[in-house]
Amino acid sequence: MSALTIYKREVSSYFAQPTAYAIIVIFLLIVMSLTFTFGGFIPAGDASLASQFFAWHPWVFMFLAPAVGMKLWTDEQRNGTLELLGTFPLSTRSAIIGKFLAAATVWFAALLLTFPIVITVNYLGDPDNGTIISGYLGSFLVCCTFLAITMLVSACTRDQVVCLIVSVAVCFVMVVGGFDPVTTVLSRSVSEGLAEAATAAFVWDHFSTLTRGLFRLQDLIWFGSIIVVCLLGTSAILSAKRS
Amino acid sequence: MIEVDSLTKQFGSKTAVDKLSFSVKKGEVLGFLGPNGAGKSTTMRMITGFFPPTSGDAKVCGISVVDRPTAAKRKIGYLPESAPLYRDMTVIGFLRFCASIRGLSGAFKQNAVESAIETCFLESVAHQSIDTLSKGYRHRTCLAQALLHDPEVLILDEPTDGLDPNQKFEVRQLIKRLGKTKAILFSTHILEEVEAACTRALIVDRGAIVADGTPAELLALSGTGSLTDLFRNLTTRDTAVKEPEEEEPEEEPEEEPKEPSAAKKS
Repeated sequence: MSALTIYKREVSSYFAQPTAYAIIVIFLLIVMSLTFTFGGFIPAGDASLASQFFAWHPWVFMFLAPAVGMKLWTDEQRNGTLELLGTFPLSTRSAIIGKFLAAATVWFAALLLTFPIVITVNYLGDPDNGTIISGYLGSFLVCCTFLAITMLVSACTRDQVVCLIVSVAVCFVMVVGGFDPVTTVLSRSVSEGLAEAATAAFVWDHFSTLTRGLFRLQDLIWFGSIIVVCLLGTSAILSAKRS
Repeated sequence: MIEVDSLTKQFGSKTAVDKLSFSVKKGEVLGFLGPNGAGKSTTMRMITGFFPPTSGDAKVCGISVVDRPTAAKRKIGYLPESAPLYRDMTVIGFLRFCASIRGLSGAFKQNAVESAIETCFLESVAHQSIDTLSKGYRHRTCLAQALLHDPEVLILDEPTDGLDPNQKFEVRQLIKRLGKTKAILFSTHILEEVEAACTRALIVDRGAIVADGTPAELLALSGTGSLTDLFRNLTTRDTAVKEPEEEEPEEEPEEEPKEPSAAKKS
């Protein structure tokens, strides 16, 4: 119940200020222009959206997801409102869940607003809409993972800029570490095992299977566990800061 | 209503609050005095459940803050020292948010918000963004938040800090009025406030109680009939090493560190 109150406050705070709108508009501009230029959406003649549209998402999220999440706990610490929250009759856990879901809602809205591309492929060709939905799920999960990482970082600092830079760096590693060219180099120059470990540990493989319409339990567990670990870590850091 | 039992807080090797014990009954307004860094805010943060105590316990209406923090927090209205607020909200939006968190809904919430706005004289700015308010209004908005759920215990950390003389007077009257039916613990640097609003006062220094009594008893204890003298005799002066004779720390604590450095430069 109190998580819901926190959620409502955070969502209205995102949409009462230009933050959410700016980020959503920039996301749409970047993703759409990448899809129609480098993604070769029209010439490819492929209606699955995987390589032309979804493939760009992690690259854009690694910058923009931290921008949405960076204020979550930094602001509370800087303004001292953490003390209010800490003396209200609610658990840290519900505050964390409320805030996380609010940030996720901003991204949910952003992804929903990419709907014209879905209409376009359905008009031009005959895509497998199940694969597209699975792609959207993968994309949303990547986003939530990055938000959870950002939230963990934001609990550590009261400075938004520090939070943004550190979170972007971590997300960058998460994306690049499992990217095909990188794992290929790793397997050639270091060892096959390390390349496999990188593939399993970072975002890319888990994300791309979903964009190809494959539901693997291990991917869902991977996303879920990173999110849960980050949220628990946030709770632990916030409690440790008080004692 | 508030029972503090050998409450101790250590930050690393530094002991901020040292086995502090006292109690506040219903109908009592306890003034909490002491120099900056004496452990007043830390004590209040422990009673309100924000800081876990290193040892000891505080009970609010018989509920232990250590064992059942959420239940204890329901009984408390708290005004933190810096009067923190969500700046992006309007006054009424913020109070509605606090009321919802306190579990109020529907007509109860509406009434609670309206009466808090009225009590703290916020009608004229109710629909204004907190960002645009002056310090006095912000402070009163945060005070209103503490009164929303009509708590049995009020803990106010420097409730008159940053207010103009008229507002100070109003807040003291409010504390006095609320004190008849609640247990109030409030900290202050302003010694006249003790005589104006408190039924009892504690002076703490370096985390321990150095004086406890009604304003009249404390005045008698001072020998000179001045609380300022008593305060200066009992508490440690952080400027005492450099300048044993000349300092006025009571009125404007923020000014203290600036003066010596300014003097050095010139």
